Formats: sequence, structure tokens, C-alpha cells
Amino acid sequence: MLKQTADYLTFDLLGLVPGSTSGEALNFFVYDTVKIFLLLTSIIFVVAVIRSSFPPEKTKRMLAHKREYVGNVLAALLGIVTPFCSCSAVPLFIGFVESGVPLGVTFSFLVSSPMVNEVALIMLWGLFGWKIAAIYIGTGLLVAIVAGIVIGKLKMERYVQDYVWQMQVGQADLVIPNFREKLDYAREYTLGLLKKIWPYVVVGIGLGAFIHGYVPADFLARFAGRDNAFAVPVAVALGVPLYSNAAGVIPIVHALMEKGMAMGTVLAFMMAVTALSLPEAVILSNVLKKPLLATFFGIVAVAITIVGYLFNAIL
Amino acid sequence: MKIEVLGTGCAKCKTLYEHTVTAVANSGKDAEVVKVEDIPSIMKYGVMSTPALVIDGKVAFSGKVASIIEIMALL
Repeated sequence: MLKQTADYLTFDLLGLVPGSTSGEALNFFVYDTVKIFLLLTSIIFVVAVIRSSFPPEKTKRMLAHKREYVGNVLAALLGIVTPFCSCSAVPLFIGFVESGVPLGVTFSFLVSSPMVNEVALIMLWGLFGWKIAAIYIGTGLLVAIVAGIVIGKLKMERYVQDYVWQMQVGQADLVIPNFREKLDYAREYTLGLLKKIWPYVVVGIGLGAFIHGYVPADFLARFAGRDNAFAVPVAVALGVPLYSNAAGVIPIVHALMEKGMAMGTVLAFMMAVTALSLPEAVILSNVLKKPLLATFFGIVAVAITIVGYLFNAIL
Repeated sequence: MKIEVLGTGCAKCKTLYEHTVTAVANSGKDAEVVKVEDIPSIMKYGVMSTPALVIDGKVAFSGKVASIIEIMALL
């Protein structure tokens, strides 16, 4: 269905020749854009309905005084369904530790919540297929669980800014919206998110289409293939500053993979894009002293790098 | 009536503030709208996701940008 529409638009309506570089690039662009936006609209809406049942206040109560291991696993899972915006990271962090959520468990949540997010998943599913999307969720959760357990073991509570422990936190009433309100929330949320990310998606797919059509196959195999031991760490280092453009980065990465970038490197790069970001570091420095902030970034970066090497070895 | 818009200064918080000011003007009610940006004051209400709206010391909602019509219904 989609393929026919894209073919009709590029080859019949615009008269481009199938098999030509420009024809294939435009065909690819139209097909991917329509597919991604259909997926984005429907799945973000469904996820938003689910999310409206899990306000952070409820997640906090479920995690309070949980032991490590069980708590870390639960926190990573709840990270998927609890809405998270990096601008709320500070009140969220304080709310968690104040109510007795262990530090390591809090970090499992902080890693999983932005990394295993619906936009990254939809883009992966739409462009790479459900298997890669499932691998991404699975390893993303594992990275979040392990990073949280390690931070918990390091006993770094003294590196949380002192004022956090003295903060008076009130008890907000837990308001669970009714179904009608959930749908309203989901509609607003979907429209708001689409409005924010659509330029990145279009530019990303456009660049991806350009690479698809114009860059020779295997061009990247020499630099980013599985034989290059430095590809994974370089991909992780490049991924950190690219946070806000996750929606635009994935189509580009998809095209790069076609040109020979190894799958493990691709996964590591995308995890670095979503999980770690400089703005998040600046925001979190309000609640974390430097040693803890550096440990957090270091552990997550190392875990992602290991994931990259692992999948380069087995995929 | 005192209305507080809680938020750490992100774009969504500014939008909620604007919606609230418009909602109050439309409703013709006598209400004071203030922005609350410091963390201790936000935490005092137990709010964990911003932006949030507090009316006369009670949290009306958190973690969303409500529409002008929704806010008017709360006044």
C-alpha cells in the first residue's frame, strides 16, 4: 500500500526513472516519511494513554524502600511507562530519594526513562524492523538495571547535593484521570510531540534518503565496519551531544548501516544519543555533585560500549 | 484567589503560564497568577513533573500543559 503510493508519487506523478539515483532517493524519502509519521502518530497516542495511568508520583510510591536488584528491575521497567522530560529531572530526582527510593534504583529509572522511549522505538521498528527494536528495549533495560546496581554498590549518597536531603517534600494527591481525560491528554501529548520532532524527522529521513541514493555501498564498511575496534567508542562519544535530535538521527544511522556500519555500532550510537546528553548533565548537576555525575555518565557510557562490541561480535 | 504556576523555566512552563493568564482574564475572576521557579517551593507541593498548577495552595494538576478552556473550568 505505502510502497505503491511512494512509487506513484515519484515515478508516475513526477516522472522520475525507477533505478535512477534521484528517483530511488526520492522514492525512499516519500516511503519512509509516510511510514514513520503513520507509526509515530498511532503509537505515541497509545503510549500516551498508557502513560497517563503512571504519573511519577505513583511510580515513586511503587519504588519507595524497594531493595536493590528487585528495585532496579522494577525501576527500569517503570522508566518505560512513566512520562519523563529532562526539564522535570530535578523535582523527579528529589521526589524519589526523599521518599526513600534507593539511589541506585533511582538511577536505573533515570537511565531507562529517556533511553527506552517511544520515539526511538518507533523509529527503530519502522526502519530496522521489530527484532532490532526488541533488542534495543532488552539491552536498554539491561544497561539501566546494571548501571543502577553498580551505582548503588558504590554507596555514593554523599555525592548528592546536601540540600536535597534537607528538602521538605509535600504529599500531592494522586489524581488518576478518567478515560475521557486520558484520551484528551494523549491527543494533546501526541500533537505536542509531533510538532516538536517533525522537522528533525523530515530532515533526518531526507539526509538518510540522500545517503541511500548517492553514497556508494560499503563506503562506511572501512571506517565503521565490525573490524574497526574504535568504531563503537567513537560512535558513543558522538552520540552524547546529539540528544534532542534522536528522531532525526535514526534515519541517518539507518542509511549509514546500509553503507556498511556494523549493527552493534548502530545500537551503541543510538543508546548514547538517547540516554546521555549534555543538557541533562547540566540539569542533573543541580542535584548531583561532580563525582557522582561523572560516575553516572562513565558507567552508562561503558555499558553502552560493551553492548556495541557484544552485538558486533554476535549479529 | 491565588494561582501558582510551578515550573523550572522550560518552554512548557511558559506556555502554561500564558494559558493561565488568558484563562483568568477570560473568566473575569479576580485572581493573582504567579510563576514559581525555585525547587524548594515546587517540592513543597510534592510535585514531581512540571509544569503544574496550584490553586489556593492545592495542586490542580501536574505534568501537562492544560488548555485555556480546561484551566477556566478549574477556576
